[in-house]
Amino acid sequence: MSTFYFIAFLSIFFSILVISAKNPVHSILYLVLTFFTFTIHYILMNAQFLAVVNFIVYMGAILVLFLYTLMLINLNKESEPRKSGLIKLAAVVGGGCFLTTIIAALKAFKISQPVMLQDPNLGLVKNLGKILFNEYLLPFEVSSILLLSAMVGAVLLATKDPKTT
Amino acid sequence: METISKNIQAIPLNHYILLCSIIFSIGVIGVLIRRNAIVIFMSVELMLNSVNLLLTAFSVYRGDATGQVFVFFIMALAAAEVAIGLAIIVMIYRNTNSIDINVLNRLKW
Repeated sequence: MSTFYFIAFLSIFFSILVISAKNPVHSILYLVLTFFTFTIHYILMNAQFLAVVNFIVYMGAILVLFLYTLMLINLNKESEPRKSGLIKLAAVVGGGCFLTTIIAALKAFKISQPVMLQDPNLGLVKNLGKILFNEYLLPFEVSSILLLSAMVGAVLLATKDPKTT
Repeated sequence: METISKNIQAIPLNHYILLCSIIFSIGVIGVLIRRNAIVIFMSVELMLNSVNLLLTAFSVYRGDATGQVFVFFIMALAAAEVAIGLAIIVMIYRNTNSIDINVLNRLKW
């Protein structure tokens, strides 16, 4: 039980560091740590498939893509642009108001049953694969088309064409 | 595995909602206070991930695996979104030599 609270504290701590680090590279590395704590959350909920997918797709693919883009865009020569203090204060107040609204709504709900794992093999690969390929076969195939079109679009956007520009 | 499933049994659902809303609002604040386009994009990823975690918590709470399938689709969507978004950022950098979002005010008014 206390594992959850420790990992939750780490997630919040690292995500605050993500938005407050001055160097964008440090910010990406803190984001890697945040996603690692999310993977631990998935393991604690026994969602093993999602834990592995989160580990491989987010930490392995997406964040490496971020780092690679940051390497292409050379930011280290000039300092990071900062917003003025008033705008920062306004942003923090706005985000705090949002959080307060959600917490107030949560108080009104009054649901506090514990999260029970009724079926121990709920998040295992076998169970999820059966559901994914029986009921959700069409969305699965459509998502492959989405990924293909995204790949083609990214290549089209990122390559420099002398005729069009 | 038994000990892990016993571990989570005492945590109320409210605490999961609280954790995910805190991380979501940190993402919102990150979008608002930063001017670097890549850091803004990372804050968007943070928001997306907190929603994923909450969806998984509800899925475990209800004992319904559909939520986890939905999270899987969101992750596939996020991969596509990141590829397109970073390509756009690279293109912006090539055109303006900066990824400061205050430079990109041509669509204003």
